[in-house]
Amino acid sequence: MGMTITEKILARHAGRDRVEPGENIWVNVDTLMTHDVCGPGTIAVFKSHFGAAAKVWDADKIVIIPDHYIFTKDKHANRNIDILRDFVKEQGIQNFYEPGTPRYKGVCHVALAEEGYNRPGLVLFGTDSHTCTSGAFGMFSTGIGNTDAGFIMGTGKTWVKVPATMRFVFDGELPPYLMAKDMILHVIGEIGVDGATYRTMEFAGDGVFALNMEERMTLCNMAIEAGGKNGVIEPDATTEAFVKARSDKPYEIVRNDADAKYYAEYVFKTKDIQPTVAKPHSPDKRATVREVADVKVNRAYIGSCTGGKITDFIAAAKVLDGQSVAVKTFIVPATTEVAQGLKEQKVNGKSLQDIFVAAGCEVGPPSCAACLGGPEDTFGRLQADEVCISTTNRNFPARMGSKDSQVFLASPYTVAASALKGRITDPRDFVA
Amino acid sequence: MDDIIKGKAFVLGNDIDTDQIIPAHHLVYRTDDEEERKNYGRYALSGVPEAASGLPHGHIPFVKDGWQSEYTIIIGGKNFGCGSSREHAPLALNIAGLKAVVAESYARIFFRNSVNGGYLVPFETPARLVEEIKTGDEVEIDVTASTLTNHTQGKTYALNALGDVEAILRAGDVFAYAKAAGMM
Ligand code: SF4
Repeated sequence: MGMTITEKILARHAGRDRVEPGENIWVNVDTLMTHDVCGPGTIAVFKSHFGAAAKVWDADKIVIIPDHYIFTKDKHANRNIDILRDFVKEQGIQNFYEPGTPRYKGVCHVALAEEGYNRPGLVLFGTDSHTCTSGAFGMFSTGIGNTDAGFIMGTGKTWVKVPATMRFVFDGELPPYLMAKDMILHVIGEIGVDGATYRTMEFAGDGVFALNMEERMTLCNMAIEAGGKNGVIEPDATTEAFVKARSDKPYEIVRNDADAKYYAEYVFKTKDIQPTVAKPHSPDKRATVREVADVKVNRAYIGSCTGGKITDFIAAAKVLDGQSVAVKTFIVPATTEVAQGLKEQKVNGKSLQDIFVAAGCEVGPPSCAACLGGPEDTFGRLQADEVCISTTNRNFPARMGSKDSQVFLASPYTVAASALKGRITDPRDFVA
Repeated sequence: MDDIIKGKAFVLGNDIDTDQIIPAHHLVYRTDDEEERKNYGRYALSGVPEAASGLPHGHIPFVKDGWQSEYTIIIGGKNFGCGSSREHAPLALNIAGLKAVVAESYARIFFRNSVNGGYLVPFETPARLVEEIKTGDEVEIDVTASTLTNHTQGKTYALNALGDVEAILRAGDVFAYAKAAGMM
């Protein structure tokens, strides 16, 4: 019996010929990523178990990307960055993207791709649930807690239960008004927030392979919202072109065996998928945009690891160009590279930045910002009973701030169109 | 992990996510500072909407005052602990004094964190106990027998066996387990 991509990668990292779903195996880790919220806790775990003077297992395999609470006066949040700074100095860790310096990046999952850490065949663990994003590059990546991460920091190993793979196949390319966000919200609505618990979500079909890497990242990013352990997409020429432009390190293309066994297979006709939202307060409360087209919103938010990449902002700019937003609209580039892209990339001859400013949007500095609420002074945070339409990934109660707020999740096209009208609006009114 | 875990039950519904267990703006306290870490206990389950906190009636805070809860065992529904990877979630429950959760299913990161850190014992139950047990009922888990007894109502239920993770929980946490296994 053949193996899936995920099974093969895990088997190789366990030094075995084959593994079966459900087995607990110990694997060697290629990369450990942490950030400002979980880094200090991970370091505390590491020191308490390996000793105050202990060295990490491999300083070059640890990547620290502060991104959550960066532009805040909160003293605890700022102290966390100090802890990280001291730790990288003490350990000789080079892969540190320090806030307030030219190396600062922003949202870790997007930064990992930009900085060439995402390469086919690798095993990446990160102290953030959206670490599954990196699976878009045909690698195994998943989120863990501080204890797991502290353990890896000292040993370079961890245990995993091999996940069975659920396959989601999209037949046919996307119509121009659809984005990866619509596809993944459709899938989550189909299987529910626990529909893929303990499993791999593999995305395939020509509808997926026609997507650029950023859009593929959006698909894998939200695997966790269906409970998935990891998302994965088989690497192709698009993957290799992106990786080669960002890294000269080796990688290994891993494909499904022809006789690989899947836990389930879902096949969708891409063109039948409609612009989709998730209603408050759960990512699986699916509706088509047309079903909720009368709902009034008074806030729009475009940002995060899900919806704050350059592809997302190009989409939003196409809709917003030459128009004015009817509600407060926040633009948060995921990383400094995306922020630079806002100035350089053009739609209709104008920079994205100019289009957003002319439309009346507020553009903030790159970070996670209000995607997870954060301290009260966080850019774009929901402070009361706002109804927000957002390109982010979670709409649990109080996720973006106030317990009284409501969040609809949608694609950048839909969010931009809704910002113009002040109610949830089908992007087909704007994008042919 | 003790063989017998007993105390008062606190009942919650489905999809209790980590933002409800410990809201994100509380993630800034140090975990290695005795005083500061008590904040995690103080705010444990403070993000649960009031009507859903302590079923069937709701409006019962998990932690009344201070940083310790009077409840020892949470009875939950499906997908307990979904959302972020924050280990602060099982840790906050642990600091508040919780010993075990009995739920229909878990989000895997929460489950893993609970086991690896030895914060609490995550039991799965084949039956939906959320509608059976009331907040404040005196309950007792027999780990070896995999049963839960509700002393207030005089009923006993079967729990799923802990399986693979029992060895880690028995050792205390993943470090103790790895040391015993000669891995570190
Ligand atoms: S942007 Fe949002 S979802 Fe992504 S890493 Fe930051 S807080 Fe998490």
